[in-house]
Order: sequence, then C-alpha cells, then structure tokens
Amino acid sequence: MGVASTVTMIPGDGIGPEMMGYVRNIFRYAGVPVDFEEVQITKDSTEEEFEKALVCIKRNGVALKGSIESKYGDPSFSSRNATLRTQLDLFANVLHCRSHPAVPARYPDLDIVLIRENTEGEYSMLEHENVRGVVESMKVITRHASERVARYAFEYAKRNSRRKVTAVHKANIMKLSDGLFLETCRQVAKEYPEVEFSDMIVDNTCMQLVSRPHQFDVMVMPNLYGAVVSNVACGLVGGPGLLSGRNYGDHFAVFEPGTRNTGTSVAGLNVANPIAMLNAACDMLFHLGLASHATLISGAISKTINVDQIHTADIGGQATSLDVVQNIIHDIQEKTKAGNWI
Amino acid sequence: MTPVGKGHRSLNLAIRKEFNLYANVRPCRSVEGYETLYRDVDVVTIRENTEGEYSGIEHEIVDGVVQSIKLITEPASRRVAEYAFQYARSNGRSKVTAVHKANIMRMSDGLFLRCCRETAEKNPDIKFEEKYLDTVCLNMVQDPSQYDVLVMPNLYGDILSDLCAGLVGGLGLTPSGNIGEGGAVFESVHGTAPDIAGLDKANPTALLLSAVMMLRYMDMHKHASVIEQACFETIKEGNFRTGDLGGSAKCSEFTDEICRKISDS
Repeated sequence: MGVASTVTMIPGDGIGPEMMGYVRNIFRYAGVPVDFEEVQITKDSTEEEFEKALVCIKRNGVALKGSIESKYGDPSFSSRNATLRTQLDLFANVLHCRSHPAVPARYPDLDIVLIRENTEGEYSMLEHENVRGVVESMKVITRHASERVARYAFEYAKRNSRRKVTAVHKANIMKLSDGLFLETCRQVAKEYPEVEFSDMIVDNTCMQLVSRPHQFDVMVMPNLYGAVVSNVACGLVGGPGLLSGRNYGDHFAVFEPGTRNTGTSVAGLNVANPIAMLNAACDMLFHLGLASHATLISGAISKTINVDQIHTADIGGQATSLDVVQNIIHDIQEKTKAGNWI
Repeated sequence: MTPVGKGHRSLNLAIRKEFNLYANVRPCRSVEGYETLYRDVDVVTIRENTEGEYSGIEHEIVDGVVQSIKLITEPASRRVAEYAFQYARSNGRSKVTAVHKANIMRMSDGLFLRCCRETAEKNPDIKFEEKYLDTVCLNMVQDPSQYDVLVMPNLYGDILSDLCAGLVGGLGLTPSGNIGEGGAVFESVHGTAPDIAGLDKANPTALLLSAVMMLRYMDMHKHASVIEQACFETIKEGNFRTGDLGGSAKCSEFTDEICRKISDS
C-alpha cells in the first residue's frame, strides 16, 4: 500500500476536539494510511506553542484544523486563525456550496464555488490609535495577491468545466483598493477567453444571492466580502454543519469546516453536526492523492445525509453527532466487507 | 445611500454633509401580498453613515500595493449606538444586536463594540447582544426572525441592509431614513426609473413608507400607522397592485385605494 502520510491535526476550541475524535475513528474503520501529528492551539496558547504548531504544519505540508476562539477583548490578542493563514501564505480559500437533496434549504440545486483571497485585505490586522478614540484600520490590497487568487479562480473554473467567474467588489466606493482587485481580475480574465467573466458589487451580490442564487457559478473576491458571501451562500444550502473549507498556498494546504465556527455553545453535548469536519477530512484525502479512501468515506457521508437521512438538529433532524458517525462507519464496514474498495 | 440609479451621487453626499446625517435606518418587513421565500422578516438595520470604510482615504503606497483606511471614532460610534437604542424604544422594538468583526479588527470594531456596550448599559430596558458579521449573515438567510434591530459600522451596514432588502423582495418596497444632527432625510433607495417616469406606472410604496418613517420621527404615530396600515392592506388585498408587484393597476389607482381606506378608517 505504501508509506503512510503524516498530517498535522489541530483540534482548536469548541467542538474541534470531539470532531477530531470522529475523524480518527472513521479513518481507522476505512483503513486510511494517514498518521496524525496532533498539535493543539487554543485561545489560551502561548506564542511559542503557536510557533511550534506552524513548524509542524510546514514540516508535514498538510493540516486538518478546527477553529480557534478569538479573545477579542484582550488587548494583546490577534486572531490565531488569520495569523496561521498569512504565515503559511494560504492565499486561496475555497468553499464549494452545494445543495443536498435531503437537507431542508430555501433554494434547491445550488452549486456555487466561492474563492476568497485569504491573506490580506481587511484581515491585514494593521490598526493603530494615534489619538484616543480615533482608530485607523488598514485594508491592504496588492496586485500580487489579487492576481494569484484570480488566476486560481480561473484555473479552477477551467479544470472543473465551470462556465463563469464573477468578481465581487465595492470598487464604486473603494476605488483604489477594490479597483485594483477588480482590474487585476479583468486582466487575468483575458487569458481565459473560454470562461465568462463578470463583476458585481457586493451589496447587490448579497441581494441577488437571497433572491436569485442560481445565476452564480464561480465567485472570486477579497477577504472580507468572502466572509460575508460565504456565510450567506452556506446558509442558503442548509447551514454551517455540512460544508468544508479548503485553504491552499503554494506550499501548504489546510482543511477545516467551511464557516470556521468554534461551536462553543454546543461543545461536548453530542449535538453538533460532524459532517463539516468529516468533509474537510475527505477533501484532505483527495488532496493527498488517496482518492479511493476519500470516495469511500464521502460516499458513506452522502448516503447518511441523503438516503438514510440521519440529520442532526441544525439540519432539522433529531440525531446525535454519534448517530451520524455510527451510520457512516456502518456504511464503510458494509462496503469494505463486500470488498467494494481498492 | 448606495445609488442604484445614476447621477445623484454628489448631491446625496452634499445633503449628507450639510445635515450631518450620521445614521441610515432601513426597516425591512415581509409584505403580505408580495411573497418571497422569507415570510417572517421584520428587521431594522441601523448603519453608521459618516465614517468607517467609506472615509475615502486611500493611497497607492508603491506600484501594485494599495492601502485603504477604515476610520472608527468614539463620538461617531457612540452617536449611532445611542440612536439605535432610542429608535428601538420609540418603535417598540425589544432587542439591539451590534454587528462586528472584532475578532479580526480588534481595535476598530472593538471600539465600536465598546461604545455599543456602554450605551446598552444605559438602556437596560432594551435587550442587547453582540454578534459576528459572519454569524449574522449565516443566520439571517436561514431564520431572519431571530433579529430585531441591528446596529453596525458603515460597510457591514451597507451590505446587510441590501441583504435584508433582498429577503423581502428588493429595493422597490424598501423605505429608508437618514438621521442627522441638523435634521433628517427620508427617501426610497431604488433608482430614478427614467423609463417609466411620468407614465403613472411607478410603485410609490417605498417613498410612501419613507414618509411614514418621517411621520414617526416627528412623533405623529397615529397618522403614520393609519397610512401604513392602509398601504399594506391594499397590497395584501391584491386588487390594485402596480406592475412591479405583478398587477396592472396604475399608480394613481393604487394611491386612490389607499386614500379610500384612510378615509374609511
């Protein structure tokens, strides 16, 4: 079978640790040749612990991550999640928002891919208070970062036979910053004449998403609008419990639940939806080239949600997290028993 | 304030500066008779309208690197927070939610949030909560009934107010008010629609509801309610709907029916 891959696992806060437990369990049943090197970062971690985790991810190249809670009341604080992304230069965040046939949502049959710039923009975290009561927060947009995320979006569209890329911006007001982003997207678009390119202002985008979402295909945008649009799109397909988020850089890849929630209010209660983290784990397996294992698990996930319909409360059901996991394991066992794999 | 039509930008800006219009208020309510997939929307977005991301301070540091400055100040944040609670009280609303991203923009949104918290303490009769922008977006498209009055800095307000308008059917029915220190300006937020101007076809609801907001601002609550009630009843009954709502009534017919209802009440 070959050598096992080593991957960094960062459980994070809230429901992260219990989710990672489910991932390990399912990987065991599916015979996945992946070793996890667990390094924990929580809201109370020191700088050194954080640095150690980064070194670990750099060594392994790939990580599965839960969300780290932000202590935004603490003056010395800066977002660990955001810092991790910029330190590892994970410039593209990809969220594939797809409707599930058996999950209640207002709009069925949605299939939108969101590609969000992940290292700069409003998340540059450069702020200062020169005069008491007056704070300046810097949003930085560079041609370099805009170009590589735009290129990623068009390459993605081309590789996956998607027909249209829409750039989301507010260049009518932020003429220089978003203007640079938009102009860069336009330039890159010229190199991909087979993919249709359009642009839309972010407020209109949100309005369109909640009234006529099927017009969207692939969307590319700067960091903050990405946060807004991701959450809107995610809500439209049934919520944060299902989608996985992928973060790619030139050298490293980190997989996590798509909407990056810590789920602190439901931690340890056996009610959280484990699907988002499990889908993230599958995406990670695809990335590692372990397609057969990835397909085995994602098949079991799909059957659990769409056929057996074991749904946790967030998607309208009454199952516990364990019910969902056990159903997935059961399906995996059935398939491996029947020799339906490799 | 985001112009959907063309040509009035500089005038809008001049009026805003003249009266120091610091809070943009947009109530979004589901309209019976103009159904969308969202039936239970009743939120009000209150957006700080003078600073934040729209301060217009941008520069190119070196070729290909642009910096845009978001400005958050204590006076402006406090002012809009106070207005939000005052609005909630005078309009019988029970909860104010401060929308922010202080996990990322710790100092700027942190300052805004602090001002909201301090104002909340002075207004214990109104419930207060703080939520991340991401969470609000996620929840708003799934269950808008969990929100009441929302207060936030400029950009988030711009996006969220349009998001909420989309939930109830777009800008055609959305009123808005701009509150200032020197006065208040109430207006619809749709475009100027030059193609149907003067043809007795337009839907006057947005402007009418803006006028209702104006009456409430002037403490003429009874008159406001009578007109608002008549307007919603007319749309609900469906006999006199304008083209944009799927009917064939003229603007004057729609308005006459409203007037009829008012004189009957």
